[in-house]
Amino acid sequence: MTDSFYRRALSFTNARLWQLVHVDVLLMGSLLLLISGGLFILYSASGQDVAMVERQVFRLIIGLLICVALAQLPPKYMRRASPTLFIFITVLLIGVLLFGVGAKGAQRWLALPGGLRFQPSEIMKIVMPMMIAWYFSDRQLPPSFKQILAVLGLIVLPVLMIAKQPDLGTALLVAVSGIFVLFLAGLGWRYILGAAALAPIAGYALWQFMHDYQRQRVLTFLNPESDPLGSGWNIIQSKTAIGSGGLYGKGFLEGTQAQLDFLPESHTDFIIAVLAEEFGMLGCGVLILAYLLVIARGLYIAANAEDNYARLLAGSLTLTFFVYMFVNIGMVSGILPVVGVPLPLVSYGGTSIITIMATFGILMSIQTHKRAR
Amino acid sequence: MSRRHQNFRNYRQEQRLTQQRVLAAAVFVLLMAVVLMARLFYLQVIEHELYQTKANDNRVMLVTEPPPRGLIYDRNGLVLADNRPIHSLTVIPERVESFPKLKQMLSGIIDISDSEWEDFDDRRKEYRRPYQSLTLKSQLTDEEWAKVSVDLYKLDGVQVEAQLTRYYPYGEAFAHAVGYVGRITTKDLETVDKLAYQGALFIGKTGVEGFYEKTLFGEAGLSKVEVNARGRIMSELERQNPTPGKDLHLYLDARLQQYAYDLLGEYTGSVVAIDPTTGGILALVSKPGYDPNLFVRGISVDDYATLRQSKKLPLFNRALRGGYPPASTIKPFMGLAGLEYGFSSWTERYFAKGYYQINPDGRRYRDWKRTGHGWINLERSIIESVDTYYYQLANKMGITPIHNFLTRFGFGQTTLLDLSGESHGLLPSNEWKKAKYKEPWYPGDSVNVGIGQGFMVATPLQIAAATSALASKGHYFYPRMTRLVGDHPAEFEDGLGDEHDIVLKDQRNWDRMIDAMRKVITDAHGTARRLQGTDYEIAGKTGTGQVFSLQEDQEYDADSLEKRLHDHALFIGFAPARNPKISVFAIFENGGSSSKPADLTKALFDAYLHDDYPARYDYLKGDKND
Repeated sequence: MTDSFYRRALSFTNARLWQLVHVDVLLMGSLLLLISGGLFILYSASGQDVAMVERQVFRLIIGLLICVALAQLPPKYMRRASPTLFIFITVLLIGVLLFGVGAKGAQRWLALPGGLRFQPSEIMKIVMPMMIAWYFSDRQLPPSFKQILAVLGLIVLPVLMIAKQPDLGTALLVAVSGIFVLFLAGLGWRYILGAAALAPIAGYALWQFMHDYQRQRVLTFLNPESDPLGSGWNIIQSKTAIGSGGLYGKGFLEGTQAQLDFLPESHTDFIIAVLAEEFGMLGCGVLILAYLLVIARGLYIAANAEDNYARLLAGSLTLTFFVYMFVNIGMVSGILPVVGVPLPLVSYGGTSIITIMATFGILMSIQTHKRAR
Repeated sequence: MSRRHQNFRNYRQEQRLTQQRVLAAAVFVLLMAVVLMARLFYLQVIEHELYQTKANDNRVMLVTEPPPRGLIYDRNGLVLADNRPIHSLTVIPERVESFPKLKQMLSGIIDISDSEWEDFDDRRKEYRRPYQSLTLKSQLTDEEWAKVSVDLYKLDGVQVEAQLTRYYPYGEAFAHAVGYVGRITTKDLETVDKLAYQGALFIGKTGVEGFYEKTLFGEAGLSKVEVNARGRIMSELERQNPTPGKDLHLYLDARLQQYAYDLLGEYTGSVVAIDPTTGGILALVSKPGYDPNLFVRGISVDDYATLRQSKKLPLFNRALRGGYPPASTIKPFMGLAGLEYGFSSWTERYFAKGYYQINPDGRRYRDWKRTGHGWINLERSIIESVDTYYYQLANKMGITPIHNFLTRFGFGQTTLLDLSGESHGLLPSNEWKKAKYKEPWYPGDSVNVGIGQGFMVATPLQIAAATSALASKGHYFYPRMTRLVGDHPAEFEDGLGDEHDIVLKDQRNWDRMIDAMRKVITDAHGTARRLQGTDYEIAGKTGTGQVFSLQEDQEYDADSLEKRLHDHALFIGFAPARNPKISVFAIFENGGSSSKPADLTKALFDAYLHDDYPARYDYLKGDKND
């Protein structure tokens, strides 16, 4: 059904031309829809700071260029490069732990000459599913128990290093992107159920591993009222912003929580609360719909990809993108702890825009390099 | 295509497996999206009202704006209580990274006492709106202000704020009349609107400042403002402007007040001057006074202890609360009482020995003149202040007529309209003695009261008010401090401010008594003949009170024993005698001879009636344009 819908939609465009430049029109279209909506919210969330919106546009353009550039690279090259990239980035992660620079007690960046900074963990979000997909590309699916263990081993090492920086949000996302490949490769349901049963124990282990501020976030999540002026402030204010928006919102630039700075991080992690306050549940519904459009196209590309590597990679990247969105909206609306995950393509700044646009470049490459049937 | 090719690989099946998983994932994505929408529905629809209220509570704040306090002027338009801008060091705790560090940095710049820090820490820990500033040290000196300002950029969260404070330019001579404002205590807040006083720094405590608190305070402005998360006001939603407190224009004459205070010299004592035509208080002096400015922002423990422990009782308002025997100054009133009830007449003659006895063998009540005055009449008993005349008169009358008559002049009651804390003195009666001592009233008790001693106690204000009533021939005004409130004449509750007449059976007795009091000065034997030589007529009466120490004053000090045994010296007077514009009561505690208060009174008359003060009082002249 979706297939025919996209086919019909495609017929309205010059399919061959786009094929030639390796741009998937539907994916690009949904992305642009999402991006422009995001800029609109950012204008309000930044306190009508045009300069900030301009910087965001600049970043998005860079992202789009990288996206289109990556789309030119056939998937087979990516596959071949996967293990090398994985090892390289893992080495860089070790480098971060040893020589990294950072801020606020976290050590996430490698300083490059020329004052540039580089965050290997961000790239790991792409390289991890590439590595696992590569691992399964010449193995028969579904994976055996031994293979599962091997894959888990591959996942755990970099994830632990990222968690140690400490950057729990990214660590979880990297882990999830690897596990998604495992899931798409046909991981037995009994393993999935078993893992679900083991989750509490894992949770306890994770607790032991956490830094104090991370534990504090979890505690605050469980009971934000316990510290209304301290660590609970963010979540109380974001819930207030969302709830006070109601069904239709207070109107563009009319959100008191956002415009009077009660909402912290309103242009970065908590930007969805601005949308929710000013455009209500209706606005949020439209935004989530835009995300679902992108995700639907991503999953379509995955389902119709040429080989296992492409399928697994495309599926995992799309699902990770979804997790981004879900975790962000979940934390801002108070159903998940505050882990510092931005709303993809909408939150201001960060390296994440570049990585995410690179992700979609890979998806476009997978979609547009198929041999004609 | 793979190096480790497996024979039985079914690519088709593997593709289907992955596709199934993608489908499962799609279902999962949809489900989770529904979860998010459900969460949003819960917050935005079901709990919408709760969060809407929270958002409004966040952004809307009630801010009270303290109104500028009304000023207090003397009769010539001189400002006795002023508002002055001061600078205070305030801190926004949220902006301070580390308090120990801040403490250390500030200690290198200005002195902040431990108690100031403790006070600040206490208030910091109370619940308060975030990002509101708290005062750390108030009333910076110019030097401190300059020092802090230089380093302000280094001190995150610290700022210097300007506020209005109360200032009393003329200090201690006026403290007991004008009063002072002080730090608002929890007890104060029980009697006023807490919201209105939210931004206020002080509240009227004593004197006119205390009595007219409501009038002087005005009405606090109230504005509903929209604030941001840092407490900064973004916009004003609703506003009610503060109504400034009303100014008070007193009857007080600053030069007269200061002059009287200075004329008391080293003595403790009191002077009260009243305008008999209005009842307006021209001077209300209690010496020693104190610097009222000490109290404005809360007096320090040390300063307060010094004032409390001073043997001269500077905090004690002698004019309103000092209980003195009126002594011979009561004689004109006692003489009028005798006339009123037919116990004496102007013509009846009396032989005054050096003493008086109720019974031939009884106790001898001595006259101040051991040799006696010989044949005298009522007039001469005033001129020469004949004690024996009043012993016998009081004995004849008994206490009840005395009590009734003196009551009409305000003795034994509080009469002051607009100052609180006045004591009602003691005008004894049968009932009083029975209740207090469970004893009957003895004739000897009356004898003592006849010369204003014994049980009788009056405050300087009472004696001054009675003198003023006598001066105006019974046209009685309740004494009052305030002439104008804002632009309107001061009004008092229940018609208390109304004047009324004390009507004697024979109204001519007023003139006769005033005449007798005039002769106290003009007669060759008058007890105040030293006041002769003025170009206007003075009527007066001297008094010398046997020492009764002040009620509150219980300390007994051997070194000062001698001086403390000296008599209190009193004088009442008014001038010009036939058309009085000013009446005065003055007392020098342990002053010995009544010449001191008499001289003081004359000096005040000279200055007041001729508007001729020593040049050193020019700074208190005022601009007279009120």
